[in-house]
Amino acid sequence: MNRMTATECLLEMCEEHLELEDYQSGVPRWCTGCGDNAILAAVQRLCRDEGLRPEKTVFVSGIGCSSRFPHYMKTYGFHGIHGRALPVAEGVKMSRPDLDVFVNTGDGDCCSIGAAHWIHAIRYNMNLTVFLHDNQIYGLTKMQASPTSPIGTKSNTTPRGSMLEALNPLTVTLGVQNVSFVAQAVDWVPELLYDIVKAAYHHRGLSFVRIVQRCPEWMPKLHDPWLHDPNRVQVLHHARGLQVSAALGRVYRNQLEHDPLDLDAARRIASGNDAIPVGILYHDPEVPCYEDFKRSTLLRTPALIRSGLQAQFDKFTVWPKAAEVETAQQAA
Amino acid sequence: MDTVVSPPTTVKPAATARPEATARTMLTLREHIVEIISDSGEGAQRCGQSLGAIAARMGNGIWTTEIIPAEIRPPARSVAGASGNRIRIGAGPITNGGDETDLVVAFNEQVLLGRVRAKELKPGCIILLESMWRTHGDAQIAASYVEAHDKLVAAGYRVIEVAMEQECKALVADAKRGKNMFVLGILCQLYSLDLQIAREQIALTFGKKDESVIRTNVMLLGAGHAWAATNLDFGFRIPAERVTVPQLVINGNTALALGVMASGMEICAMYPITPATSASHYLSDVFEKVGGLVHQAEDEIAACAFAVGASYAGKCAVTITSGPGYSLKQEAIGLAVMGEIPLVVVNVQRGGPSTGQPTKAEQGDLMTAIFGSHGDAPKIVIAPSTIEDCFYSMITARRLAETFRMVVVVLTDGGLATSQQPFARPEFSESWLAPPIDQSPVPEGARPYDWDPITGLSPRFIPGQPGGMHTLTGLAHDRDSHVAYDAEINEESIRARSLKLAALQTTLKPPPIFGADEGDLLVIGWGSTKGAIEEAVQALRDEGRRVSSMHLQFLQPMQGGVGAAMRRFQSVMTVEANWSDRPEDALIDDDNRRYAAVATLLRARYLVDVDCWSEVRGQPIKPGTLRRVLAAKLDAITAPVGSPT
Repeated sequence: MNRMTATECLLEMCEEHLELEDYQSGVPRWCTGCGDNAILAAVQRLCRDEGLRPEKTVFVSGIGCSSRFPHYMKTYGFHGIHGRALPVAEGVKMSRPDLDVFVNTGDGDCCSIGAAHWIHAIRYNMNLTVFLHDNQIYGLTKMQASPTSPIGTKSNTTPRGSMLEALNPLTVTLGVQNVSFVAQAVDWVPELLYDIVKAAYHHRGLSFVRIVQRCPEWMPKLHDPWLHDPNRVQVLHHARGLQVSAALGRVYRNQLEHDPLDLDAARRIASGNDAIPVGILYHDPEVPCYEDFKRSTLLRTPALIRSGLQAQFDKFTVWPKAAEVETAQQAA
Repeated sequence: MDTVVSPPTTVKPAATARPEATARTMLTLREHIVEIISDSGEGAQRCGQSLGAIAARMGNGIWTTEIIPAEIRPPARSVAGASGNRIRIGAGPITNGGDETDLVVAFNEQVLLGRVRAKELKPGCIILLESMWRTHGDAQIAASYVEAHDKLVAAGYRVIEVAMEQECKALVADAKRGKNMFVLGILCQLYSLDLQIAREQIALTFGKKDESVIRTNVMLLGAGHAWAATNLDFGFRIPAERVTVPQLVINGNTALALGVMASGMEICAMYPITPATSASHYLSDVFEKVGGLVHQAEDEIAACAFAVGASYAGKCAVTITSGPGYSLKQEAIGLAVMGEIPLVVVNVQRGGPSTGQPTKAEQGDLMTAIFGSHGDAPKIVIAPSTIEDCFYSMITARRLAETFRMVVVVLTDGGLATSQQPFARPEFSESWLAPPIDQSPVPEGARPYDWDPITGLSPRFIPGQPGGMHTLTGLAHDRDSHVAYDAEINEESIRARSLKLAALQTTLKPPPIFGADEGDLLVIGWGSTKGAIEEAVQALRDEGRRVSSMHLQFLQPMQGGVGAAMRRFQSVMTVEANWSDRPEDALIDDDNRRYAAVATLLRARYLVDVDCWSEVRGQPIKPGTLRRVLAAKLDAITAPVGSPT
């Protein structure tokens, strides 16, 4: 066996360079043209560029088309139950802060069945990177209106058109206390998608990225007006946010300088309903992470548990005293 | 156990002060049941708990039971509002709350009437009653007091009026808050408990507060003690069998929480629910001292999912809940079963279904614990039967969960949760703890679900282990954790998960039999009813009846030897605190009778005609009730053929 020193081992680890293939697992079974493919490509690129160790990386998902995501990553993955990706991911992160934890969730998973967890995950602000794959329809169960479906959407459960206004995931998220990172991307601008995913990864706290995503199967024409008119995509840029490359700037001319620390402005932008804002809406790196104050800083050794337990036992122990008492009574 | 000497028959009203030198009647007893009741927030709980602790320190056996109203602040002086504590004090070990009360201290007559109506007081029971209401400014209150008092006296209760608040007023500004310690003093005198131990107990109870609080309470204690010495012409002595080992005096929920700490688990995720929450309260206070944490999730589902995530990524985690919360966790429990993620779920059962009786005890969740979730979802189900068991069960549960990659459901109930019983102080062992999580590389070719063909077991890969990367899924999956809809693979995986129960079952010892190995009647129980069943069985055996009992700790899988044991008895019945149809009801016959949970399970597995007796009165089953029930059953079994039963 070839023996190496610890330093050599470390050096080798540092030098080990992983390629895209090292993060790829299986052939995605999403439909051709599905926005999930673009998200997968951006995330695999992120893993490679950041040199994430596959064994120290966990993708947690719920149920739905988007939630197949972990199966296509050669990392650890957790494909759980509908709506509960966030609490599962919180448990993973709380138990193992050394792991990079990502969450892939859809508009049904996050904004409908898992909505309570979504609100509270924002408030906990654990160090997780959350991708909301929002195709505005239930895909895996074959076309039912989702909370983010535009009003009037004809689907199998709303054959005469949905009657409720769509829920806006950005304004909801921006309305929750402790929100620390909110961004929006569209699947058809890969360069910005990658930049946003990367910024989200680097934020310490819960980064919430809504990715407007095409569903060629059930909503094939929904985004055509935005695809065909780059001016209906409003690119947000700032010294503290995204910087737009010259090449991209020539296509996407509708740009807005927006300071990600300005929550009021972020809410205003998020509430607009014509152009799709793309970029970082809000970013406050100072919001404390739940795990930081929740996790004990003590080293959990058997000795610590022993002494902690003994201290508790002491509180509740009755020592045999009857003998002494009797002696005292007799003396009296 | 009965009292050796009956209570005194002559008691002078307290209003007549007696000279100190008067001779007192001292009665020596084997045991007595005392209760202290008041409106919520008047301190009867604390008084009762202190009394229990003092008696335990004297070496007496005790069992304390909380009397809890359903509301936080029920209206004052209401029949349904009794809040307090019931202490069974014995010479030897006490295993349950016992039968009716021998002596009660009541802070008002209304809460007392509630207890009378619930038939919780023994005929002729001694009552120490706060007399301030007799002269209350509100004529209606004064009238209702007099009416109740006179009725109680007429009913044969020995009512002693005590001007508690007035006595305390002379000593402290806030007499309403101090009178519980005055009463404690009276009780210490009545039961010949050592005053110095009582003082120490007060110091322990109020240890967190400042010195003056302790001083005030010790003064009130002494005043009550002196008052009783002067004004009561009787007293009791319950000689303590000497206890030579240090003991813990805690309730079942505290024992659970300490068990969580001792098991090496690090994360408890919960959502508030009665009666489970007090375990999490205590754990929230102390878990971080051993490096653990309690996460109060946004709901029961999230609490379970959080625990599942934490377990998946490291050491087994625990979620603690009660009935309705347990229902909400079902889908996440199914996920843990499917993904073979170790998980401990504690269900402190309460009265159900739905919101039911949140503060009451019941054993109604066994079937849902075993068969809950959906599809074939095998889980381990264990039930502690004593306070001590609550502690050790958590250590067992964690270990089983990790060894078998299974969900372990621990079923306690509202009775165990709030009752105190001393048990030998545990000696910590490092073997209780989980080993550090494995982060070594996974051998090449190893698979995340490499099911052993015989046991169904497979080693678990934990994130961080190089080479072990796979996606755990709730979908049907093969040995590589790849989604598989293949018929063969689906059956293979379901078989493996089921076999694990059999693998565990083969390691379990048969449950011991209390009493003789054969006879006329075998009584089978599980969970919190153990003490009452064994007490009733012992009493009947002392009369020469051929009855024994067996208590099941493992409900799923069930320990071996149960079938063989049952066949050595002429008749078998279970005693449970869940519903079973009454055979005497007009519509009920063999075709439609719904049996109690364990009876149903035993009948199905062993094809033995197991009968059952159960009640769902929200209270722990009383040994006296059981004694009558079992005696009747024995009479029926042993009656000559053809004679009317």
